[in-house]
Formats: sequence, C-alpha cells, structure tokens
Amino acid sequence: MVTGRNGSGKSTLLRVLATAARADRGTAQVAGHDIRDARAEVRRRVALLGHDSGLYDGLTARQNLEVAASFLGPAAAARVGALMGEFGLADRAGDPVSAFSAGMRKRLALARTLLKDAEVVLLDEPYGELDPPGFRLLDKALDALKARGATVLLATHLLEHGRQGCDEALVLEEGRLAWSGPARDLREPGAAP
Amino acid sequence: MSHLAAALRKDLLLQWRARAQVVAVFAFGAAALLLFSFAVGPETTVLREQAAGFLWLGLLLSSTLTLAESFHAETEHRALEGLLLLPASARALYYAKALANALALFALGAGLVPVMVILYDAATPRIPALLGIILLGSAGLSAPGTLYAAMTSQARARQTLLPLLLFPLVVPVLLAAVKATSLVIHGDPMGQLRAWTLLLVCFNVIHWSLCGLLFDRVVED
Repeated sequence: MVTGRNGSGKSTLLRVLATAARADRGTAQVAGHDIRDARAEVRRRVALLGHDSGLYDGLTARQNLEVAASFLGPAAAARVGALMGEFGLADRAGDPVSAFSAGMRKRLALARTLLKDAEVVLLDEPYGELDPPGFRLLDKALDALKARGATVLLATHLLEHGRQGCDEALVLEEGRLAWSGPARDLREPGAAP
Repeated sequence: MSHLAAALRKDLLLQWRARAQVVAVFAFGAAALLLFSFAVGPETTVLREQAAGFLWLGLLLSSTLTLAESFHAETEHRALEGLLLLPASARALYYAKALANALALFALGAGLVPVMVILYDAATPRIPALLGIILLGSAGLSAPGTLYAAMTSQARARQTLLPLLLFPLVVPVLLAAVKATSLVIHGDPMGQLRAWTLLLVCFNVIHWSLCGLLFDRVVED
C-alpha cells in the first residue's frame, strides 16, 4: 500500500506507474518493463483505478463494461455479466451512468478496472465513496486478486484496511519516500511511524 | 482493425445516446440558413445563386458544435485515457471518432438540403451527386476537426479555440464544396465539377493520413 498526506504524490505515483502521466525524472519498472521505453508492454500488464472513473456518463453501466471489454477481447467480454453481479450492479445494468450515485459509479469503475486480467492492479483510494457493503465487496475482490497472484498497489488513507490486506507499505511525503516496511508496522494515519 | 471496429461502435453508441444534441445542432444549422436568407433579402435569384455558400457556411458553423461535443464525453471522466491504458490503439480511436463525426456531419448536411431547397428555391435533380459532395466535404471537415477538437478539449476556451484553429485550415474544403455544390444546383456547362471534386478528394487523402499520424502525439503528450 501507499499512504501519505494529501498532496504527497500518491496519485501521481500510481499514474506514472500506469503510464497515464510521464515522470519528470527517475526510472521505474512495472512487471519487468520500463515505463519509459516499454510503455505498450506496461499498459498490457497494468490496470488503473484513478480518481476519475473513466466512464461514459451517456452510456449504461453494461455498455460501459462492454466498451472496455471490446478492446480487451472475448475473455473480458465473457466476464461482464459476472462482474456486474459481483459488484451489485446487475439490477442497474441498463441505467445510464449519469443517473448513478457516487458510490455506484465507484463500484462500476472498480468492475471496469478488474475486467482487465492485469498482472499489476493500481487502485487509488478505492474505498472512497463506497458504503460498508461496498467495502466488503472490494475486500473480497482484493482477496481474489491476491489469490490469482496479481500485484496490487493500493493508495489509501484508511490504514486499517491497508494493514489487513497489504504486505508492504510505503509512506510518501512531498513526493519522496519517507518510510517503507511491513504494512502491519504502520501506526499513525498519514505519517511515518 | 478490431480496435477500430470497437472504437467505432463506441462512438456511434455515444452519438445515438446523445441524439437530442444532434437535433439541437440541426436546429442551429437550420436557423443559420434562415438568418442568411433574411440578410440577403427576398430576391429569389440572389438567394438561389448563394444557396451553396449558405449551405456550407451553415454546416461549417454547426460542425464546430458537433466536433467539440464529440470529445466532451471523452474528457469528462478521462474516459479516453482509460481506453488508451487498456491499451487501445490511439490511431484506431482517432479514425473511429473521425468516421463517426464525418457520418454525423453528413447526416446534418443531408438534413439541411431540404431546408436550403425551401428557403432558397435551390432544388436539383442530381441528388446523388449533391450527397456525394456533402459526404466528401463532411469528411474534409471531420479529419482535421477531430484532431483539433482533441487538442482543444482540455482548454478553457475550447468553444472559441476550435473554430479559430479549424476555419483557416478548411478554407480549401469550403471553397471546393461550395463550388461543386453550386455546379450541381445550377448546372456544369464547362465541366468544372470534376476538378473541384478532385480537390476535395486530395484534401481528404492528405488530412486523413496526416491527422491519424499526429493524433497519438496529441493525446499522449
């Protein structure tokens, strides 16, 4: 997990790793591929849930997933229905996203992110806007990701969730790594222990 | 090719879901044609002579609304970025969007023809030729228009920037389309239609090739 105060660089780090933003300097590898030199390879292996949902307001929930699946291939297309059910969206599959609450949008954005069978999953504040049942659905999805061997990088302020679900923790301060170690050793919210 | 088909399906779906916007743009174009007729006056001969120019001016003005709107949905929640990270081919996304915009502009242009006929008494029996010119002109507006719409989609003054960038570039399209349309309506005794149509084709070949190559730089940098 990655944590740190607001503006410490968590979201930027995730966006740089997903190749959604370019790094000013430094190097990074994702799944063994350099983010500068092998951007296409990185993109094939990474899924990002950012602050923006990446959804089309004018389309229905199902259409949003189908659009993403049409670029990912038949395996992803076959999982659309299952993911809709998994995230409690089956009843609202035909509703336009513009009619969704923030929590429902987050569920759909999570389903869209997990539609891709990625080796590395980057989740930026995935618990934000979710209700308690949504928390449980997300925890279950994270367990499933770990079970299939995916690497999950979670940016969150909710240390309790991070401690329970994550192995390693990074604390950022003003864009720099301030602390790293086992997640269970994290003590104070948003600060190095 | 599969990415192009997927992106085109997505763009046509978005346009279908936003069809109320299409009606509003058509109303805008029809209102522009009506205002042009008021500006010229009731002289039927003059109106008929200027019909082709007014049709294309109406379509050009309306096109900026269609083109700008086509990228609104892509940038609102970073949906385009989400597709690029899947990863979808930027070139496929461009060609799908440009094709969908060209079809929307063609439908708009074809829809404005009856308005032109009624307001300017500019009927022609050569409907297939007229529709062919509208198709070529729409494609000529769409290719650079889609690229510029992507460039300006994040700008605060995008509604002003897009026409400022687009209009100077599409002057050859406007000239050729107006001349060709006028020749279709009024007759072509000197056989000039072929030359103007060829200019439209050449403009399309150059811009559909060039803009497809540049789109990647626009959305990634």
